[in-house]
Amino acid sequence: MQLASAVDPQLADLSNKLIYSAMVVYTLAMFAHMIEWTFGSKGAVAVRSKEQSGSLAETVATAGKKTGKKVTVTVAGAGGGTTTLTRTAIAGEGATVVTSGRGTDEEDGPGAAGTNEKADLAGRIAVSLTVLGALLHAGGIVTRGLSVSRWPWGNMYEFSCAFAFAMTAAYLVLLAARKNVRWLGLPVVLAGLLTLGIATTVLYTDSEQLVPALHSPWLAIHVSTAIFCGGAFYAAFIATLLYLGKDSFDKRMAAGLTTGPLGTSASIWRRLPAASTFDKLSYRINALVFPLWTFTIIAGAIWAEAAWGKYWEWDPKETWSFITWVAYACYLHARATAGWKGRKAAYLALAAFACWLFNYYGVNIFVTGKHSYAGI
Amino acid sequence: MSNTTTETEQPPAPDDSAAERLSTAPVESDGPTGIGAFGWARWMWRQLTSMRVALILLFLLSLAAIPGSLIPQYQNGQGQLKVEAWKAQHTTVAPLYEKLQLFDVYSSIWFSAIYILLFVSLAGCIVPRTWQFVGVLRAQPPAAPRNLTRMPVYAAWRTEADPAAVNAAAHRLLRRRRFRADLSGGAVAAEKGYLREVGNLLFHLSLFALLGGFAWASLASGTGGKLMVEGEGYSNTITQLDDFNGTRFYGNQDLDPFYLKLDGFTSKFQTKGDQIGAARQFTANVEYYQGSDESKLKKSTIEVNHPLEIGGSKVYLIGHGYAPVITVRNGNGDVVFKGAVPFLPQDGNMTSTGVVKASDYGLGPDGNKTQLGFSGFFLPTAPLSFEGTGPISLFPGDAAPELVLNAFAGDLGTDSGLPQNIYQLNTRKLTQLTQDGQPAKARLKPGQGWTLPDGYGSVTFEGYKQWASFNVSHRPGNEIALAGAVLAILGLIGSLFIQRRRIWVRAVALPGGGTQVELAGLARSESAKIAEELAELAVDLQDDAPASEDEDEDEDDTRAPDGEEAAAAPDAVPDDPEAEASDPAVPADQNSKE
Ligand code: HEM
Repeated sequence: MQLASAVDPQLADLSNKLIYSAMVVYTLAMFAHMIEWTFGSKGAVAVRSKEQSGSLAETVATAGKKTGKKVTVTVAGAGGGTTTLTRTAIAGEGATVVTSGRGTDEEDGPGAAGTNEKADLAGRIAVSLTVLGALLHAGGIVTRGLSVSRWPWGNMYEFSCAFAFAMTAAYLVLLAARKNVRWLGLPVVLAGLLTLGIATTVLYTDSEQLVPALHSPWLAIHVSTAIFCGGAFYAAFIATLLYLGKDSFDKRMAAGLTTGPLGTSASIWRRLPAASTFDKLSYRINALVFPLWTFTIIAGAIWAEAAWGKYWEWDPKETWSFITWVAYACYLHARATAGWKGRKAAYLALAAFACWLFNYYGVNIFVTGKHSYAGI
Repeated sequence: MSNTTTETEQPPAPDDSAAERLSTAPVESDGPTGIGAFGWARWMWRQLTSMRVALILLFLLSLAAIPGSLIPQYQNGQGQLKVEAWKAQHTTVAPLYEKLQLFDVYSSIWFSAIYILLFVSLAGCIVPRTWQFVGVLRAQPPAAPRNLTRMPVYAAWRTEADPAAVNAAAHRLLRRRRFRADLSGGAVAAEKGYLREVGNLLFHLSLFALLGGFAWASLASGTGGKLMVEGEGYSNTITQLDDFNGTRFYGNQDLDPFYLKLDGFTSKFQTKGDQIGAARQFTANVEYYQGSDESKLKKSTIEVNHPLEIGGSKVYLIGHGYAPVITVRNGNGDVVFKGAVPFLPQDGNMTSTGVVKASDYGLGPDGNKTQLGFSGFFLPTAPLSFEGTGPISLFPGDAAPELVLNAFAGDLGTDSGLPQNIYQLNTRKLTQLTQDGQPAKARLKPGQGWTLPDGYGSVTFEGYKQWASFNVSHRPGNEIALAGAVLAILGLIGSLFIQRRRIWVRAVALPGGGTQVELAGLARSESAKIAEELAELAVDLQDDAPASEDEDEDEDDTRAPDGEEAAAAPDAVPDDPEAEASDPAVPADQNSKE
């Protein structure tokens, strides 16, 4: 008998400390976001969208006069329609292109901070804190991997850490790309904290070497894509929930009610993007991730072939991956071919995500199969 | 459903040719169209190949897969054992479950029915789509609709340039943007993103390749099992394998010929922390040759993720354990049994059980022919005392190995000719040896011997070896399935990320002088890019068709009502070609403009 190769306890310990520090910083970011939302409600939200479109229209008119050239593109939106003014920048080059349509009812809200400057400051602080948290978080994952000289996703604790990081990083990348996603800050930080919380309490296992079944380059490929898909499905799930909420809110407003669903404040919903924006966002993410999820399953099958001699054995994990895959295929199909949009499609997306969640937590914890990991 | 594909998402366009959906999904009808059996058959076929039914079948497929993940399945690794155990626990529902094939979900009639129907539906959907698509590729992009303002994305301006020149410029620009463009009838019709359709068809077709790979694998594969103690070897034939499951096209005679020997086995385990005892490394060192040519003997290793490929078979390492080496002597001191006996691990710490059968014992102390049997435990790391725990191992590595034995004498049943389980002792005709009125028992360390009571001789625990068990698997069809999978992903990427869209440009001379330039675009609703694309095109086109200065002012105020009309019209009046046909020379929105 020989002893297994060693673990560097200092690095392992550092990793734990970094993860805990990340959680503390995320918590601070969460408070900052809450402040942002609270102060933001004091801004004059309702009038903002009108002002916004008014001023843009003016810009266009003046630019047009200056250059003497103008192209107007009309966009007829789906059921209700959105106004998008997408190209005004070419003014300097001699032409102004305005993409505009009818109906201003589906305007995106201005974001959590509304028009309040203090709230905006709180939001910026929250984002900075989230960046700091993410750096600590990344450090925790890297040191964990270094402590055992392997990829840091060999058990549920490690998956969860990586998965929460993938989600936060995706959000920060979108922010850095100047996408209008700051309103996602609070849900992302909350979801990250929740995942890390479960990871450090329920799922925690010490940093150790892997069981032989996980000694494979496929660990890096299959598991990292699975983690990424998980993070993205999670994000799409948040968008779907917000879509349902905003949609109910719009209906309640139309019915003359003054609060959002479940007694939430109308000001919160007003500051969020339009329902159709959420709807599209969740569709886009799901559609983007679906091929990768397909790849993940196939990579898993190839790995299973190498490890167990059969690429598909209807092991519970395989079965639930398949169920999740079919559920998402169902959702994409429903949207592409049956023209399901809005709530019906959203419910399908929720069902598909439920399958994914069960595959992640349920199967690992309640069902025994070959996909059992060290520690859990 | 046919008209929900894009129309629900975009205002319907008046001219069918132009507004023809960007998907080639087949058109579906709602009721039986003919009479009699043929009509019904055709109706049922239409239903089966409809999107609605495809959706339902997909949904059913995912539902039907669930029970198999919660109830043990014969198909899984140690399925047989688990199913039996489950049945023993749930005696009331087990027969019902058995009838419903719930222990065999994935080859059950109902599960098969769902996916077969799904694939029939898919074939019925995909084949016509493919033909239709070939037709689309051969034809020119659909001509510009008469009323371009009704398209979801629209732009227009006045210019002094010549209409023909503007059209030609638009044609050139669209070509440069790699649209398929056609200039005819005073307008340019262009289309792009055919790869979306190609991707979609490829994806669905490759699902068939996947299924084919699966089917071929299940018809022509076979797996055998072989357990070897270090130093043992075997030839891959049906008689030397421990077990073999063949299929229609891979039976007993088809086994790939080779020889395989287990030279040695290495195992490493975690020695501290909360994962103590977890396996860290298993390596089987083997020698093998393919066919029957011994001179081609090669050395190799087999690990959990690294099977050994020999000819058409792959050899997987699936289990390991300890095999104590035991010598049994009879009353005269003659060796009646000597060998390494594989013991089977019972828990994570490799507490292993096994039996030793000395069937050639000869004559017992009483002068009659007898046989000896031993059952016991091998503990790689034995505790100091069994008090309260019984014989269990504390760690899977061999830190303090011990062998615990009980002895039996009598008839082992090995001469009855019936097949015997080598891991079980049939004690029906055996009596346990006793010492001082207690069952005779011994705890032995390697090298120690045990003198049996009543003059039965002795047992020596010489030492131990490791054994490894292998799965010898022949599975064709993997390549087909893999190719299908790769194509499916490529197809999906094309299908989901490429937008198929159409752009029309029409420049006509206005009655009062000058030229009216109109651009319109149509794409799937999920794309906001078509507006961008049209805008870019419009800007580019302005180089050849600059907007007239004087028009600026009134454009500002006419634009809004015009846009209003363009969008509102489809909802209120689905189709109104007559109104325009009365004055075909004048573009429709001319009226609102001037
Ligand atoms: C075997 C199971 C099937 C799976 C996993 C599957 C999956 C998919 C996926 C992922 C898409 C892409 C959705 C998109 O383009 O947004 C799609 C599109 C489509 N599928 Fe399927 N599908 C299956 C069976 C079928 C069947 C049986 C039919 C026909 C009855 C069908 C017809 C279509 C059509 C017409 C489209 C998209 C058309 C378009 O977007 O232009 N599929 N399918």
